[in-house]
Amino acid sequence: MNNSSVAQLVKGLRERQYSSVEVTRSYLDRIAAMDVHYNSYISVDEAAAIAAAEAADKRLAAGDAPPLTGVPIAHKDIFCTDGMRTSCGSRMLDNFVPPYDATVIQRFKADGAVVLGKTNMDEFAMGSSNESSFYGPARNPWNTELVPGGSSGGSAAAVAGWLAPAATGTDTGGSIRQPAAFCGITGLKPTYGRVSRLGIVAFASSLDQAGPMAHSAEDCALLLNTMAGHDPRDSTSSNAATEDYSSRLGDDLDGLRIGLPREYFSDGLDAATRQCVDYALQELESQGAILVDVSLPHSALTVPTYYIIAPAEASTNLSRFDGVRYGYRCDDPVDLHDLYTRTRGEGFGEEVKRRILVGTYALSAGYYDAYYKKAQQVRRLIKQDFMNCFDSVDIIAGPTTPGPAFALGTKSNDPIAMYLEDVYTLAVNLAGLPGISVPAGFVEDKPVGLQLIGRHFHEAQLLNVAHRFQQATDWHLRSPDFATGEQH
Amino acid sequence: MKIEQNEIEKIAELARIRISDSEIGQVTSRITEILQMVDALQAVDTRDIEPMANPLDATQHLRPDKVTESNRRDAFQAIAPSVENGLYLVPKVIE
Amino acid sequence: MQWECVIGLEVHLQLATQSKIFSGSPTTFGAAPNTQANAVDLAMPGMLPVLNEQAVCHAVKFGVGIGANVNKRSVFDRKNYFYPDLPKGYQISQFEAPIVGRGSFEVLMEDGSTRDIGITRAHLEEDAGKSLHEDFHGQSGIDLNRAGTPLLEIVSDPDIRNAAEAVAYLKALHRLVTYLGISDGNMAEGSMRCDVNISLRPEGSQTLGTRAEIKNVNSFRFVEKAIHHEFERQADILESGGKIVQETRLYDSDRDETRSMRSKEVANDYRYFPEPDLLPVVIDDAYIEAISDSLPELPREKRDRFSAHYGLSKYDANVLSDSRPLADYFESVATGCGDAKIAANWVQVELLGQLNRAETVIENCPVSAIDLAGLITRILDNSISGKIAKQVFEAMWQGEGSADEIIAAKGLQQVSDTGALETIVDEVLGANAGQVQQYLEADEAKRKKLVGFFVGQVMKLSKGQANPKIVNELLVKKLV
Repeated sequence: MNNSSVAQLVKGLRERQYSSVEVTRSYLDRIAAMDVHYNSYISVDEAAAIAAAEAADKRLAAGDAPPLTGVPIAHKDIFCTDGMRTSCGSRMLDNFVPPYDATVIQRFKADGAVVLGKTNMDEFAMGSSNESSFYGPARNPWNTELVPGGSSGGSAAAVAGWLAPAATGTDTGGSIRQPAAFCGITGLKPTYGRVSRLGIVAFASSLDQAGPMAHSAEDCALLLNTMAGHDPRDSTSSNAATEDYSSRLGDDLDGLRIGLPREYFSDGLDAATRQCVDYALQELESQGAILVDVSLPHSALTVPTYYIIAPAEASTNLSRFDGVRYGYRCDDPVDLHDLYTRTRGEGFGEEVKRRILVGTYALSAGYYDAYYKKAQQVRRLIKQDFMNCFDSVDIIAGPTTPGPAFALGTKSNDPIAMYLEDVYTLAVNLAGLPGISVPAGFVEDKPVGLQLIGRHFHEAQLLNVAHRFQQATDWHLRSPDFATGEQH
Repeated sequence: MKIEQNEIEKIAELARIRISDSEIGQVTSRITEILQMVDALQAVDTRDIEPMANPLDATQHLRPDKVTESNRRDAFQAIAPSVENGLYLVPKVIE
Repeated sequence: MQWECVIGLEVHLQLATQSKIFSGSPTTFGAAPNTQANAVDLAMPGMLPVLNEQAVCHAVKFGVGIGANVNKRSVFDRKNYFYPDLPKGYQISQFEAPIVGRGSFEVLMEDGSTRDIGITRAHLEEDAGKSLHEDFHGQSGIDLNRAGTPLLEIVSDPDIRNAAEAVAYLKALHRLVTYLGISDGNMAEGSMRCDVNISLRPEGSQTLGTRAEIKNVNSFRFVEKAIHHEFERQADILESGGKIVQETRLYDSDRDETRSMRSKEVANDYRYFPEPDLLPVVIDDAYIEAISDSLPELPREKRDRFSAHYGLSKYDANVLSDSRPLADYFESVATGCGDAKIAANWVQVELLGQLNRAETVIENCPVSAIDLAGLITRILDNSISGKIAKQVFEAMWQGEGSADEIIAAKGLQQVSDTGALETIVDEVLGANAGQVQQYLEADEAKRKKLVGFFVGQVMKLSKGQANPKIVNELLVKKLV
């Protein structure tokens, strides 16, 4: 049961090869032993996890168990969990224990999954390295001197290090795909609106989307089956029909047209990383896919566009953290103004404050048209680029990141360099498209990801392509030494 | 574009974030860098382009006018920094 | 110098809904603090707004009711500012694309003339909570029960010139929205709150002066007083050569003055932008048509119909159409008794008089319309006189029964029997021989007066029950 995929655990639990308590206990023990190295969890509630596992075992025994019954899943600490601290990686919410569950958590609970713990993340999901976390950075299990990526770095590290069979993440500009690539796992950002945002601490409302992070596309499909669906309490949630995301995994790729945007294979891309991506594309070609040269002409504008829209939305989404109703409150405020400015000055970290200021500036009188409105117009052009491509291709492929994981501390003092880490992932959020990162090899023992981008609501197709790729390769099956205790 | 320190102070006041005197110089230069980076947008011709607020260009669904919430004041106020007689307390509000 | 006052009103109308505009919390007034504030209203992390369909429906009703352009695509925006009664740090409102565009409605002025006042726009937004300033060890207490209550902000054109017009406008608006059923119009509970924008300019000038905004004036009377006060204040400043500062002021009803709200003046930059947690509200022609078809008869139509159909004066028609319940009551009485003019008179004088004295409203009237019609029927068929009818009405008000029951029980039936009346007439003439002599010698005008005197005496003797018409005939016959 150790190092089993979610699919294997579902089967093993149903066949009573082992109990949920046994599986959960074994993960809790590994976390206790190993997480000192990875710092991938912020909170673990052992008693609650075991209690949920016991309840799952009863359901399994009774024979009325829904699909994920007894499977322990880790959740990014951005999903509100009833009775369990939800910090969002911030001092601001260090003491915040919500009295409610996010819809995603409710759905996992309803489907029988066990909440294993809450994973580390960049503060308020703002970052690409996990270094902005109030709880210190999570570390990359492949090499603990490296960042795991961000913002869902804790989830990626926990899955890569086998401290969870699978995890949830959120992706506003690459926060699932980039850490998945850095940690050698599979991470899916669904179409905007496919998964409910209710109960997810908001970063940028028009970009945020939750998704699964696991070892394989097959496991991601199982998690997405639970996560996806309309939520009447989220106005931006789509009521487009969901499907069984596992059902088309095995479809063949014959005649599949894959667009390769030339802008994603240009100067900024590390040569060795490019080689991994090229090999991966050859594999897909060998399975009958047709590679097509395409162009996303506004690609160079995605970073500036994103770094207006995301901070603007964030700047007001984070206004609610004012020290009045929950969360951090500064000591002995002398007046209301002091309460606000000191609570927010002390409660937020550097990167969060920086983005709030940039966003406030972009929305302020006299600058709105030049910044925010302009960015929303360019956003439409960026989306249009994708729509034009999808006239002639089925999916788009390229690297997830410009290069593999970098060392801790190398970019944390250079915001712009950090922002450029997401150059290939941001556009997908701006356009609301689904994207998946799939392990595609190693550069100097550091994992590299292949990114696949689909049409709106075509998650099943992305998972199908990713799965077929994983049937022919074993990158996703490799584990870091630390995690297995044996050589890979 | 270059942003002056006093402009950052004004923005910080709008955002209700205290920035210490020792940090303000650094904050100003970082934000200047970011604003210079995003200035690339100014060169784009966006005439007649409808701004896109939602990636799916979807429209609002409406909720039936029904009361679905019950009183959970105790649960919410258990996690509040300062409450008395059911009220959230803040330093005196002067109008 | 003669100053002209230019006034525009922004009315925050609380819409009649069960639940809040963006959450499923109840909107009931007067609950214990924060018991009606739930996760969405408290801006708990991760909470999201979902729009209440009834709020949209009410807004569209208003738009159709004032003949406005209802926008088929409207957008919610965030208005950003920090205040403890605003939990999200922004108010969800509509800025660039409000649901209701330009329209107008008719206002009946004090002097009986009517004028159309333009409505610039009306938009949906959420209410804030309340800060309570009683002393909590030098702190303020925040109650968020009201946070998220649906409001329609109705912005008038600067078409209003004085306090009386402002009050007339507000009364007409109150009447319209209660007719439409989109608000309970309960002023005491803050269902209609008013911001007054006021500026002065020299008589005859066409340019607008600098305006002050007076916030949160909560009654018709205070609107009147606040405008009077602000007019004086601005005129004093201008006449002494000063300049008006554009600012927000608060009307203090205890001191009858307005004063600057400095706290809200600090760097107001609301940073409006489209609310990304809500999507554009799109409605179609069929929706607007269905609402249009469902509208009740509106005040102006009802008043005009009352004038035309019942032959009432514009004034009477206006009083009787003041509210839907009153208009319905009047129509039941008129139909029941068959004489609209007498019905109008009774409802306006006796009924409204009693309601006023009892400080109650038509909905709680102890006399039903059918019973009042029954009473009037007895006047019309000469069973009782108008004077006796008032006595009967008193008894009906006290719950003593229907008109017929009371007339029977108290023996108030009018005496029309000629024989019985003749006896009384003879008695009166016998006892007033001097007046009889005067009558016989008098001219026509004087005779009329004396007949009045004799009738009065007969009525007195009959305890008001004699049929005055028959008494008159008998007198004229006998005095020859």
